Amino acid sequence: MEIGPRQEILLPVRPGFIVFSLVISYLLNLIPVEGLLKSAMPDFLAMTLLYWCIHQPQRVGIGTSWVLGILMDVANASIFGEHALAYSLMAYLALLLRRRVSMLKIDHQFTHVMLLLFIMQSVMLLTGLAAKNIFPGWTQFLGSLTAGLLWPVLTRLLKLPQRPKADPTRI
Amino acid sequence: MEQELFSHGPSPAARLTFFTLLSLLFLISDAHYRYLDVLRIGIETATYPLQRLVMAPVDLARGVGSYLHAQNSLVGENVILKQQILENRAELLRMESLRRENDHLRRLFESAKKIRNPAVMAEIIYGARDPFSRKVIVDKGSFSHVREGSAVIDDSGLIGQVLRAYPWASEVSLITDKDHPTPVEVMRNGLRAVVFGFGSSNLLDLRYLSTNTDIREGDVLVTSGIDGTFPQGLPVATVIKVDRNPAYTFSRILCKPIAGVDQYRQVLIMAPSAPPPPLPVETPEPVNKGKK
Repeated sequence: MEIGPRQEILLPVRPGFIVFSLVISYLLNLIPVEGLLKSAMPDFLAMTLLYWCIHQPQRVGIGTSWVLGILMDVANASIFGEHALAYSLMAYLALLLRRRVSMLKIDHQFTHVMLLLFIMQSVMLLTGLAAKNIFPGWTQFLGSLTAGLLWPVLTRLLKLPQRPKADPTRI
Repeated sequence: MEQELFSHGPSPAARLTFFTLLSLLFLISDAHYRYLDVLRIGIETATYPLQRLVMAPVDLARGVGSYLHAQNSLVGENVILKQQILENRAELLRMESLRRENDHLRRLFESAKKIRNPAVMAEIIYGARDPFSRKVIVDKGSFSHVREGSAVIDDSGLIGQVLRAYPWASEVSLITDKDHPTPVEVMRNGLRAVVFGFGSSNLLDLRYLSTNTDIREGDVLVTSGIDGTFPQGLPVATVIKVDRNPAYTFSRILCKPIAGVDQYRQVLIMAPSAPPPPLPVETPEPVNKGKK
C-alpha cells in the first residue's frame, strides 16, 4: 500500500464551519427512513465527529462527542447515555489513531473508519443488550459499511472550504 | 503536537474515563428512575424546530406524490370510500341506539356515566432510529393536551401509548415494543389477560394463560379498560397461533395487532379515562399499569 498522502497546505478551519457541519449531519440523522434502508443509513453525525476528531483534535474531542451523543439519545428516544457512551469511546479511539489515519491516502482511510464505527456500534449494541435485553439483529451493522464507503466523499466535502483559492497573481 | 494536545487540560484517557462514568450514571438513572425527564424535555423542545426543518422536504415530496396520484386510482378509491361510509353509517346508527340503551341501563343502575374521551388528531413525524425500541414521535404534545399514558389509536385499533409528552411532540411506545403490556380481554368470552410486545417482530405475545384456557385461533382481543389507562373496548389483536404444550404451565399464544402498527401516519390520541379507584393493598392479580 502506498503511504504518504499528497501533502496539502490548507487554510485554517473556521469554527463556524465545524458547528455547521455537525448541525447538518445531525439533521441528516433525523431523516425518517424505514426497513432495510434504516439499518443501511450511515450515522452521519458519528462520521462527521470522527472527521473532526482526526483533523481538529484540539477543537472537537471526547466532550463534544458526548454532548452530541446525548442529543442523539433524545432524538432517537433511546436511553440517555447509549449514544453518548459509544460516541465518546469512538472519539477517544480516533484521538489515538488519528496520526496513523491522516498518514493514509483519503481512499485508504475507510478501513480504519469502518473499524471505529463498528466498535462504536458494538458499544451501543452492548449497552442496549444490558439495558433492555433485546438483540436488534446484525443488519444494523450495514450502517458502518455504507459509512466507510461514503468516507472519501465526506472527507473531500469537509476539506473544500479549507482549500486555498486559486490565485492567478501567485506563481 | 503531543505537547500541544496535552497542554489543553486533562489527558484523553482521563476525559474518556470521566465521560464514560457520566454516561453510565445517565444510563442507570434513565433506565431505572426517571430523574432526567426534565433534561430530555428541554432538549427535545430546543431541537423541535430542527426536526420540523428535516421533515419539510419529506412532507413536500409526499404532497407532490399525492398530487400526482393517478385520476382513476382516486376514482376507484372514492367508490370504495363511499361504500365504506354507507357501511359505517349503518354501523353508527346501530352504535347510537346501543349507546342510548347503554346509557339508559347505566342510569338505571345509577352507576357512573361513561365519559366519552376527547381525542386529539396527530401525525407521526418519524419513527425512532433506535433499533432497541419501537417508538414513534408524533407532532402533538402537552400544549395540545396530550398527557402521558394516553392511548394512541388508528382507524382500526390500538397502536400504542404516549410514553413522554413534550410541549409540541410526544413519544409513543408501540404495543409491539419489547415487554409493553396491554391489558386485554377476549371479545368472545370476556377472558382477561395481558398481551406483551415482542420488540423484534410485529407480533404480540399473550402470556400467563394455562394450557386448558378457552382461547382459539381467530379470537379478537380488545382492551379491557381495567388498567384505567386505555379506554375499554379498543380492538388490539387477533390470535393467530395457540401452542398448547402440556410440558409447560402456560400455552404459547401469538397474536397479530389489528391496527396497522407501523403503517399509517395519522393517529388519534385519546385522553386517559378517569383514574381508577385505588387498588386494595394486596391484589392477587398482577395488573400492570402499562408504563415502564
